[in-house]
Amino acid sequence: MRAKYVLSEVFMGLWRNVTMTVAMIITMAVSLTMLGASVLMLMQVNNMKVFFYDKIQVSIFLKKDVSPDQRTAIESALKSDPLVKEYTHETKEQAYENFKTMFRDAPDLVNAVKPDTLPEAFRVSLHDPEEYQKAYDKYKTFDGINDIVDQRRLLGKIFGILGALQNMALVIAVVQGLAALLLVANTIQVAAYSKRREVAVMKLVGASNWFVQAPFVLEAAFAGLIGSIIAFIALVIAKRFLIDGSLSVLTELLTPVPWRNILLMLPLLAGVGTLVNSITGWITLRFYLRI
Amino acid sequence: MIRLEHVTKTYPKASRPSLDEVSVSIEKGDFVFFIGPSGSGKSTIIKLLLREIQPTRGKVNVNGREVGSMRSWKISGFRRSIGCVFQDFRLLPNRTAYENVAFALEVIGKSKAVARRVVPEVLELVGLGGKEHRYPHELSGGEQQRVAVARAFVNRPLILLADEPTGNLDPDTSIEIMRLLDRINRTGTTVVMVTHDSNIVNQMRRRVVEIDNGRIVRDQPRGVYG
Repeated sequence: MRAKYVLSEVFMGLWRNVTMTVAMIITMAVSLTMLGASVLMLMQVNNMKVFFYDKIQVSIFLKKDVSPDQRTAIESALKSDPLVKEYTHETKEQAYENFKTMFRDAPDLVNAVKPDTLPEAFRVSLHDPEEYQKAYDKYKTFDGINDIVDQRRLLGKIFGILGALQNMALVIAVVQGLAALLLVANTIQVAAYSKRREVAVMKLVGASNWFVQAPFVLEAAFAGLIGSIIAFIALVIAKRFLIDGSLSVLTELLTPVPWRNILLMLPLLAGVGTLVNSITGWITLRFYLRI
Repeated sequence: MIRLEHVTKTYPKASRPSLDEVSVSIEKGDFVFFIGPSGSGKSTIIKLLLREIQPTRGKVNVNGREVGSMRSWKISGFRRSIGCVFQDFRLLPNRTAYENVAFALEVIGKSKAVARRVVPEVLELVGLGGKEHRYPHELSGGEQQRVAVARAFVNRPLILLADEPTGNLDPDTSIEIMRLLDRINRTGTTVVMVTHDSNIVNQMRRRVVEIDNGRIVRDQPRGVYG
């Protein structure tokens, strides 16, 4: 009976003020979508770091006019280097073959490149990719080396872009979240004002505090829950039509976003949405209305 | 039942206290009038007894419980032992007489079955039998106050506080309400009534405590307004 009373009060409260409720739910949903996207991107970047750091190499490109002595000197240094896990020697011809397979979809590009134009190189895997700088400092002094390129630097740029996107999503989530919280506070104030007579009588006859507050707090929590479900649906749609759809070319380069991670967002967003809204509603009641 | 010991209440920004060193004791089953001009501090006593406000100094003891220092989460339980009636009735306009009384029961956790049994009984007691399903705007002032009395009494409180309950009523209706409060008092309920209606005080011949400028100036067992 009490539960029924409280629930009917919640729905009546939401319906009485339906435009405000809709505004509250929409801002909440946008904020939570951005939060979810941000968390997913963070997971993605971590996942990619693990995936790629294992595979990345340091490339030592040799000069065109490198002498056999210089080449042997570098190779023997690599062979005895404790930093190096393994290395391969790539001749001009091999480099050309690799290039051809890599760009087989662009024959014009392949035709424009002659076997001679590609540099000879050592492809080096380090035990710890973080120690790139040490390796770089050691080998830059060798003669016959044109350039040393760490793939981690290239990846670093990609991670930088992803990180920037993630921060942007987080900023939007916070700003929208603030707007949503103000709307929640306002909705609760309006709801409490429209029920001020009932509240006065309830306090007079000795209804417990939680009984007076519960309908309002639940109203806020319910809006948060709806908002989080909408945000989850938005993430599912983004996964289905963006990541697996029009952006799938990009995801080949990056690591795939598993459905498991997307599903994980539902409890996360629902938890954050309902909890933050309830607390806001409760604080509003305590400080603005002294219920 | 009710004991005020050297109670002083000064509102913030007020130049002088609303109540100044007031001590008064009310026994179980008493019927007490607090009288005095507007602003004398008599309504402050009701607010203190309901724990709407806390005393600046002194002790307020109700039903053996120290109200002044009571924890806020204990207030709701405490108020269930007190009924309260006001000049402006404080009924819910969108609920019928029955629903107004039942609401008071439901919000303290009583079941609908209890309400169905108790509410018609108490409405009958206050003389509203047959008018259970009228809304407040369909009732006269006196009848609305009867609904308020029924709501205050439905939990069988130990104490009934009445803050100028006849202030909005004509003399005849006022007397009917007083008869009702008298009947409630005869069931053993302590009644504390704040008023400046001299007719009523003179007719009832009950204990009168007169307050002026926040101090008790008279306390008579079977007093008149005078």
